[in-house]
Amino acid sequence: MAEEEKKEYWRWLESRWTSPDIDWKKGKVISAGVDVGSVSTQAVIMVDGQLYAFANMRTGSDSPNSAQNAFNRALEDTNGLTEKDVHYCVGTGYGRVNVPMAQKAITEIACHARGANFMYGPTVRTVLDMGGQDCKAIRIDEKGKVESFLMNDKCAAGTGRGMEVFSDLLTISINDVGQMSMEVEEEPEPVSSTCVIFAKTEATGLLRAGWPKNKVLAAYCRAMAGRVNELLQRVGVVKDFAITGGIAKNIGVVSRVEKLLDMKALPPKYDTQLAGAVGAALFAKGLYEKIKK
Amino acid sequence: MLANYGYKDGSGDYFITIDTDKCNGCEKCVEACPQTVYEMGEDDSDPLREDPVARVTGEQRKKLKYTCAPCKPYLNSLSGEKTEETMKEIEKLPCVSACELKAITHSW
Repeated sequence: MAEEEKKEYWRWLESRWTSPDIDWKKGKVISAGVDVGSVSTQAVIMVDGQLYAFANMRTGSDSPNSAQNAFNRALEDTNGLTEKDVHYCVGTGYGRVNVPMAQKAITEIACHARGANFMYGPTVRTVLDMGGQDCKAIRIDEKGKVESFLMNDKCAAGTGRGMEVFSDLLTISINDVGQMSMEVEEEPEPVSSTCVIFAKTEATGLLRAGWPKNKVLAAYCRAMAGRVNELLQRVGVVKDFAITGGIAKNIGVVSRVEKLLDMKALPPKYDTQLAGAVGAALFAKGLYEKIKK
Repeated sequence: MLANYGYKDGSGDYFITIDTDKCNGCEKCVEACPQTVYEMGEDDSDPLREDPVARVTGEQRKKLKYTCAPCKPYLNSLSGEKTEETMKEIEKLPCVSACELKAITHSW
């Protein structure tokens, strides 16, 4: 009997990068931030507050090791930079207490705010972080300090995990989901947005009723946008607006959120999943300078 | 900084908002709450701040509707809108009235 091919449609691509313009040996402060999320882990290395290298990997079930793996991956191909050369490291995210090389753990809210301020510039006032397992709406000032925040971690609706469930159900690669959901003639009614399991049940029903895949996806993306819009309204939306996290790469959700808010999200300059780790690395720099004094 | 703790579900919004700029760490809300909803801890949004602030415990954040029900038995049954009457009742809640700096507000 032929072995059935098992394809994992939710698998997104891991990545790493080193800045070609920076020589770390000339830097005064080398700081690092490791964001161990529920789905992905990012490690960022900064030289004097400039982004030098990063790695973005899947977390898996072993959080101390995934932190170390991502950190090691970020150190690869960095002209001989080792863990010992890093002056200060801050851990953040769900697994922040399980980052072995971090001197301090800081909550993801503060880190995301600071990271978004760095990545999108000081004009950002409202940050929507759509992560793997939760969704955060944060309002910040021009220095990246939090003014108001709200986190939904009670259920998976409106998160990356929910999108993974749908990509698996519809057997469409997670990278194509957003684009596919845009290819509908008419915007369908959204599916249930209070629970992913209910949404999946509803979507299965719609598929059986003869809906094409892209229409079902459109209905789910619309439901997700509606869900996060409610969160955003609670903290209040102020221009400029930016979306971070894995879902920020999903055009289907981003464009629908923009439509609901009647506001364009700032275009990302870096990998959107990095915000938390970038913020952590910036705090690490601040903390190192504080103890040095 | 306004910290919104709570959630929204099919029946409505259940948020406790703590203004950490107003909070001076007096711990009166922690003592006043009969359900131990509050605790003192590090300011989530400002890691460089050294004084502890009041926050809602991680355990309670996802079930405020039920935890807070004994203090507001009839408020829960009111439809989503906050009337003047509701606002008056909210002000009488143990945690809200205990806070002299008016840092605590409830959404329902």
